[in-house]
Amino acid sequence: MALKMVKGSIDRMFDKNLQDLVRGIRNHKEDECIDEIKQELKQDNIAVKANAVCKLTYLQMLGYDISWAAFNVVEVMSAPKFTFKRIGYLAASQCFHEGTDVIMLTTNQIRKDLSSPSQYDTGVALTGLSCFVTPDLARDLANDIMTLMSHTKPYIRKKAVLIMYKVFLKYPESLRPAFPRLKEKLEDPDPGVQSAAVNVICELARRNPKNYLSLAPLFFKLMTSSTNNWVLIKIIKLASDLLFGALTPLEPRLGKKLIEPLTNLIHSTSAMSLLYECVNTVIAVLISLSSGMPNHSASIQLCVQKLRILIEDSDQNLKYLGLLAMSKILRTHPKSVQAHKDLVLQCLDDKDESIRLRALDLLYGMVSKKNLMEIVKKLMMHVDKAEGTAYRDELLTKIIDICSQSNYQHITNFEWYISILVELTRLEGTRHGHLIAAQMLDVAIRVKAIRRFAVSQMSALLDSAHLVASSTQRNGICEVLYAAAWICGEFSEHLQEPQRTLEAMLRPRVTTLPGHIQAVYVQNVVKLYAAILQQKEQAGDSQAAQEATQLLVERLPQFVQSADLEVQERASCILQLVKHVQKLQAKDMPVAEEVSALFAGELNPVAPKAQKKVPVPEGLDLDAWINEPLSDSESEDEAPKAIFHDEEQRPAKQRPPEADEQELARRREARKQEQANNPFYIKSSPSPQKRYQDTPGVDHIPVVQIDLSVPLKVPGKWMPMSDQYVKLEEERRHQQRLEKDRKRKKKRERERRGTRRHSSLHTESDEDIAPAQRVDIVTEEMPENALPSDEDDKDPNDPYRALDIDLDKPLADSEKLPVQKHRNAETSKSPEKEDVPVVEKKSKKPKKKEKQHKEKERGRGKKEAAGRGEDLDFWLSTTPPAAAPAPEEPGVKASVTAPEEEREEPQGEEQAADEGEQDPEKKPSKHKKKKHKKDKEERPKDKKKSRKKASREGAAEPVENGALDEEPLPPMSSYCLLAENSYIKMTYDIQGSLQEDSRVTVSMVLENQSSSFLKSMELNVLDSLNARLARPEGSSVHDGVPVPFQLPPGISNEAQFVFTIQSIVMAQKLKGTLSFIAKNDEGSTHEKLDFKLHFPCTSYLITTPCYSDAFAKLLESGDLSMSSIKVDGISMSFQNLLAKICFHHHFSVVERVDSCASMYSRSIQGHHVCLLVKKGEKSVSVDGKCNDSTLLSNLLEEMKGTLAQC
Amino acid sequence: MIKAILIFNNHGKPRLSKFYQPYVSTPPPPIRSEDTQQQIIRETFHLVSKRDENVCNFLEGGLLIGGSDNKLIYRHYATLYFVFCVDSSESELGILDLIQVFVETLDKCFENVCELDLIFHVDKVHNILAEMVMGGMVLETNMNEIVTQIDAQNKLEKSEAGLAGAPARAVSAVKNMNLPEIPRNINIGDISIKVPNLPSFK
Repeated sequence: MALKMVKGSIDRMFDKNLQDLVRGIRNHKEDECIDEIKQELKQDNIAVKANAVCKLTYLQMLGYDISWAAFNVVEVMSAPKFTFKRIGYLAASQCFHEGTDVIMLTTNQIRKDLSSPSQYDTGVALTGLSCFVTPDLARDLANDIMTLMSHTKPYIRKKAVLIMYKVFLKYPESLRPAFPRLKEKLEDPDPGVQSAAVNVICELARRNPKNYLSLAPLFFKLMTSSTNNWVLIKIIKLASDLLFGALTPLEPRLGKKLIEPLTNLIHSTSAMSLLYECVNTVIAVLISLSSGMPNHSASIQLCVQKLRILIEDSDQNLKYLGLLAMSKILRTHPKSVQAHKDLVLQCLDDKDESIRLRALDLLYGMVSKKNLMEIVKKLMMHVDKAEGTAYRDELLTKIIDICSQSNYQHITNFEWYISILVELTRLEGTRHGHLIAAQMLDVAIRVKAIRRFAVSQMSALLDSAHLVASSTQRNGICEVLYAAAWICGEFSEHLQEPQRTLEAMLRPRVTTLPGHIQAVYVQNVVKLYAAILQQKEQAGDSQAAQEATQLLVERLPQFVQSADLEVQERASCILQLVKHVQKLQAKDMPVAEEVSALFAGELNPVAPKAQKKVPVPEGLDLDAWINEPLSDSESEDEAPKAIFHDEEQRPAKQRPPEADEQELARRREARKQEQANNPFYIKSSPSPQKRYQDTPGVDHIPVVQIDLSVPLKVPGKWMPMSDQYVKLEEERRHQQRLEKDRKRKKKRERERRGTRRHSSLHTESDEDIAPAQRVDIVTEEMPENALPSDEDDKDPNDPYRALDIDLDKPLADSEKLPVQKHRNAETSKSPEKEDVPVVEKKSKKPKKKEKQHKEKERGRGKKEAAGRGEDLDFWLSTTPPAAAPAPEEPGVKASVTAPEEEREEPQGEEQAADEGEQDPEKKPSKHKKKKHKKDKEERPKDKKKSRKKASREGAAEPVENGALDEEPLPPMSSYCLLAENSYIKMTYDIQGSLQEDSRVTVSMVLENQSSSFLKSMELNVLDSLNARLARPEGSSVHDGVPVPFQLPPGISNEAQFVFTIQSIVMAQKLKGTLSFIAKNDEGSTHEKLDFKLHFPCTSYLITTPCYSDAFAKLLESGDLSMSSIKVDGISMSFQNLLAKICFHHHFSVVERVDSCASMYSRSIQGHHVCLLVKKGEKSVSVDGKCNDSTLLSNLLEEMKGTLAQC
Repeated sequence: MIKAILIFNNHGKPRLSKFYQPYVSTPPPPIRSEDTQQQIIRETFHLVSKRDENVCNFLEGGLLIGGSDNKLIYRHYATLYFVFCVDSSESELGILDLIQVFVETLDKCFENVCELDLIFHVDKVHNILAEMVMGGMVLETNMNEIVTQIDAQNKLEKSEAGLAGAPARAVSAVKNMNLPEIPRNINIGDISIKVPNLPSFK
């Protein structure tokens, strides 16, 4: 006992921890617990507070509101110890959201934690922030997080990369500044970081795929090299997003490229998840390709077969996924899936609801005119069997969806459909009564030929009692009575026994129906009444007409007493009307005309968006006042009087203008013409139902005799009737086929007699089935000159729309991420402080300079964009460049000659044009076309062309743009002469490739200078230890590499060869020979041309853009060695000088201030090279920093050579 | 994206809930996000619990978690359901594997994990989860890497406790003394979650 007391006091002294809380809650003492927590939160001890917050987090999970403790959570978050900090951030991530106002207090604390020396503090802050980031936090912290993306620890890097997605969502402006770094992380050495970057880009690309198409080559490389299944799955999913991204495939060539690695993966992987995603994407590829290429149906079939295996698997998960993938194929290739109808129907019987639902989805796309009845019959059977209402409702909606899809495209017999709908009304307890009702109305209104049948069915529905009984449930099946009443009223001229229906609608039990249905009843009773009056008066049976009036007068009062205002109002109004009619009838006056005039005119369906699409006429300002608003001084009773007066003059109901007789005749004629041409139209079969043709406007509806083998009334108590239709339909189709066969035979005979034979193959296809009725599906009316637009489906509030940003556009100055400036003293140690003076300095600069700078940057960006676009085109082109990673063909790749390309396809032309531009100086006026292109290109404002400019050429452009006032730059070309003899001239250029480490591509332009035909060209190089020519697989080091083209006289062409380089710090020289056969009229000779291939260090550099902050960090890091050169006697302007360095040495300008510029480049092996170029009076000094001192000194030597020429 | 991760037991009691998306209903009257979350948990439990053992592990989301794009992917271990609500950008089989990795990691960190571990150390479970999934995106799938990071953080925590932690430890020692008067109020079976040997992800 004593011990217990001690324990109790200790408990009070110290807090209770989470375990105690859990125990407490188990004893049902929640309120006590919360009181205790409140006490603990008041204490100063941070450990106690943290403990309390921890407990609150637990309570939050159980559904308690803990927002009152938000401030305490912030307190615990700012605790110095990791233990407490973690608790605080966890609580914040669980309970903070955008509306939490204390969030704005956390900005500085989070910034401090992000820059904490402990990686776990940073990690915890990032994790927490990812859950509660707000637009404000995102804006304020974007720059800090971006810095963390280059953190030394991969643990931080991967978290920082992932959280960027959240930042982008909340603060879309940050996407463009951060994107280059994000892209860089795709190639991070750490697989976790790489995976995170892939993850983020996949999420981004999923929403706006077209902006990320330029990353395709990079992803392609990852796909072929990565071994991480997660990354692979993500990339493969991304690929299918890129393919499916828009309605039309964004890039058809991408698909072709993907097929091979995907199939490789399918064969090699053991992970089912990866396999499935691969199959999925292959399907996507095939679908995207199929639009342009005909012979993919075989591959689709193959995929479908594979999926069939999945679906037949015993593993339910695979079965589910198989069905899911199948539905993707269905969208574009319904025919290939339709073959597996048996399997899908079988899945409908599965015990697993998920699988059944998937199978239902599939059915939607599998129906055709041929099998619709059969499938729906099967579904109806399932409706009977299904026990749970949820699944039964799902079935019901699916049946309706299936039948009504694309404007009732698959329905050949609307009588059958109406009877299906009527059968569906048997479903008790469904929530979709309104759906059935809507379908009934829609069909009855739009299919004129079916109205007669529909009316007979609906009157039977009205007659039957069970529907009225089920009126208790909202949206229940009684909703169909709404449709039934309306149809019977509106099309009352088709009713067989209108009196009987009238009576049915006036039964006392009707008053138990929901108000809106009663209202429709009341209104349509009058329509019926009008029809009866008309009928009886024509027959001269005034007795019967008066009886009908009497019935109404007797029964209507029950509606007048209704509690529903609508019903009451309508009923009392109509009651008075009928009483008036009764008086007239007593005087033996004909009233039918006038009563039915109340409901004259046709009702046409109007498209739901019609109103929205009415264009505002020119000159109409909807916001302007029509009349000046009345001033208060005017007397108030005058205006209403005037309005009233106006109204009186208007006729009670405007009758539609009598159909213009001429117009009507013309229309009738046109329709007859059309019908005569339509082979499916069953030509005027003699019809006994002439009666309703008398009504104006309906006579043109082709009338088909209703087959009376099916009883018109719903027989007995709900016998399924649709089955009989199925049978009838089959017979009908059989008949049709026979008839067609007979016709065909005749035709064939006729053909045989004739001289020419017609060899068209007749197959029974879907389209051959003629509909039973000539259905005139009335299209929905749209206002005249409605604007066709699909815009209205887009949700303006979609958060992802803000991220639809063109990433290829260059960054503007204004787009820099906001950097924290003064105001917070405590973060003085953080690196942002350094940026402050820079910003200030910039603003002091003269405006002109700023503008120039901006322009330059824009230019640079343009070049980048052009380069990127170029890369993609190049990468996707049908002749893969050297960078293509397919291992089988590393040897020679050649671009095809321009004329050849033109023959292929339009996109080829574009590529040919690109090629033409790549080396315009080298082959002037060889091709007229090329010259033309070049001329065009030189027009500075021709935007399209400048986009297409080859990157090598383009390098000169930004400077031209930026410095219009300076002297123009002489044309530059990086192609230099390799060797030349009387037959052939060889020029070459070397480019490092981003795709493969330690590889460079040599582009060699071969020009035939002789009058001979050059063929069997073969290039051989004596490999050194350091540099080797990549040869086709299986060939030895002494074999040459064939050049994949021949050269007619005077023609030049370009071939590309790939070299593997070991060490790139030194320049290389390789000896080689080109051998070829020269053939002319006198015969052929074997010739050789020796050359020396020079690889300068410059050729290992790749132009890589770099941002000033990253650049500064690089310089600060201190692991770069330094070297410098100085060249005297330079006369060229600094602008052009920089352009020259950029162009010849593959650098990019990071920043330029007056006559000083920093430049950056990167080697194919990842060395960073930073330059500081300063221009003196007549000299230029270049200071360089690089990871490798040898490389740097060699580079500077080469640069010296270039600069000496200036 | 992963929208939410829920763990609840066979009776629908939540053992862990992590929502990566705020579920605050927009139409007035505004409903507290806690209420919506509880509703989602209840709805999810209702959907998942009525399914047989040998049906597929995917099902279309309920009304609240919403949207045709979303899917529930779950696994049932002993007394617990692990449910991930994901959108279409996640691979279904991949997430199943992720759940497996999660449970195996829990098993490693708690040594034969059982429902009680999740009840009394829900904060630790959160910490483990934070190393795997961040802001709805998969952060790490390599179990060794996750365990390494968790261990390192635990070590850091211990070192911080140091002297200051001594009284707390004493208290808990006293509290946990086997006093005969303390009612044993733990009434759930201490059934450890059996982690079946499924083909591991990597």
